Amino acid sequence: MTTGDFANWAGAIADIGPIYPFVGMEVPLVIAGVIFWIAWHIRMIRQESGKLEEDKQKAAR
Amino acid sequence: MSDQLSSLVTIFTEFYYWLTVVLMFFIHVGFCLYEVAASRHKNHLHTLMKNTMLIPLVTITFFFFGWWIYFAFPNGPGIIGGLVAAPHAVPWSDVMGAHMGGGADLENGWARINGVFWAAFLLFSWTAASIVSGSVIERITSGGFWILAVAIGSVFWIIDAAWGWHADGWMVQLLGYHDAYASGVIHAIAGGFALGVLVVLGPRIGKFAADGTPRNINPRNPWLAAIGLFMIYAGFWGFYVACNVPMWDVQAGDGVFYSATNIYLAPTTLSAITFNFLMSLAGGMLAGYWVSKGDAFWTYSSGLAGIIAASAGNDLYHPIQAMFIAIVGVIVMYKMHYWVERRFKVDDAVGAVAVHGYAGFFGVVVAGFMLWGYPSSPNPDYAAINPLGQFIGAVIMFGVLGFLPGWVIAKIIHACGFLRIPREVEIAGLDTAANAELEAEAQAVAAAERN
Repeated sequence: MTTGDFANWAGAIADIGPIYPFVGMEVPLVIAGVIFWIAWHIRMIRQESGKLEEDKQKAAR
Repeated sequence: MSDQLSSLVTIFTEFYYWLTVVLMFFIHVGFCLYEVAASRHKNHLHTLMKNTMLIPLVTITFFFFGWWIYFAFPNGPGIIGGLVAAPHAVPWSDVMGAHMGGGADLENGWARINGVFWAAFLLFSWTAASIVSGSVIERITSGGFWILAVAIGSVFWIIDAAWGWHADGWMVQLLGYHDAYASGVIHAIAGGFALGVLVVLGPRIGKFAADGTPRNINPRNPWLAAIGLFMIYAGFWGFYVACNVPMWDVQAGDGVFYSATNIYLAPTTLSAITFNFLMSLAGGMLAGYWVSKGDAFWTYSSGLAGIIAASAGNDLYHPIQAMFIAIVGVIVMYKMHYWVERRFKVDDAVGAVAVHGYAGFFGVVVAGFMLWGYPSSPNPDYAAINPLGQFIGAVIMFGVLGFLPGWVIAKIIHACGFLRIPREVEIAGLDTAANAELEAEAQAVAAAERN
């Protein structure tokens, strides 16, 4: 059993293509990556807005 | 790769670009040091993290779509043709990962160099975003800046690269655009983008007196600024080398002649760019020291501006030409900085619009006169280099793809209410609350140690 497209290095190396595991899952990986990227921005903007509001209150005291 | 010669070419090219990436990392280290040095104590940590976090954000977005834009957009699209197929650059391509070359529909060598070539362009993307970062310190929100960083780093600069820094870009074909070491392609666009953001963002509190007279908010730590700028110089070597293709058959028709080439696949040599890099650096520093009356900040920055002013044609200039172009470029950008500051009340905290934007614009335009009639490309059907084409190119870089998107996106972020930090926080300092918490924690530990 292997998660890659090849089981050993004994064959013709020139025939080997991608060597990362789970070949064929690239599109779902890209979708997951893009969702994570956008979610990161949203989360960080909310977090920063809350922090700035808090700092504003502290500075006003 | 079954024969030694083709293997040697491929692996040398792979290693060549990899090395440029390592060198260019110093540019970003330098920008971070320099920005922190230019900020006041109350804003150090915020300034550092704002710039640092553009690294991962621009990296992943350049993987998702930036690399594809470069290969898909040389025709505009819609200017001289449609989108160009770029199967090796879409993020789901199997050559956008560890790949031995077998089974790919591309040449085996492309499967090997895709990652290092991608990374070399990516480091340019970081630079473009980092140029903007310095100019907006001490009053922009991190979240707002990171959206702008992705826009300039993974979208707009790479569109301009597809148009004017690609062997078949429409600007090269129609305008004869020539910008070998990215005076316009990186520097003018980033400077223009920064200016667009600054117009919306506004100056730091206290930068201008009530009557509009500007006040200097000088670098707090000149030694750190000096180290940062030296590091940018060091990284700039990698930037120049990454702009070349290391080994390419440049002989048209019969015969073979291998040479280094510029990005347009026209012949040049590493010696040519080494002469001109150093002579334009020297010219910039000499002019900067002269015009600023020995100011350290402007002298170091003028070294960069000098290189940037000569970069468009540094594959072809004579070294003394490069030096004089750098001298004039530095005088122009220095005068422009203070004129724009006084006239339009623009607070560019590190002079990035001047050093990159004005010097880059100047460099593109000057190359049109200096290299008038030179071939812009090995393809004889493409327009030759000319002053009008270079001027239009400079306007596209600085204005159309730089200033305009920067201004529009900043306006949108501003309308959403998170471009600028609250006034109270700006006055107190972005790190003040965090510093107070750190101090309280230190005091608690000290108290525990005493008991």
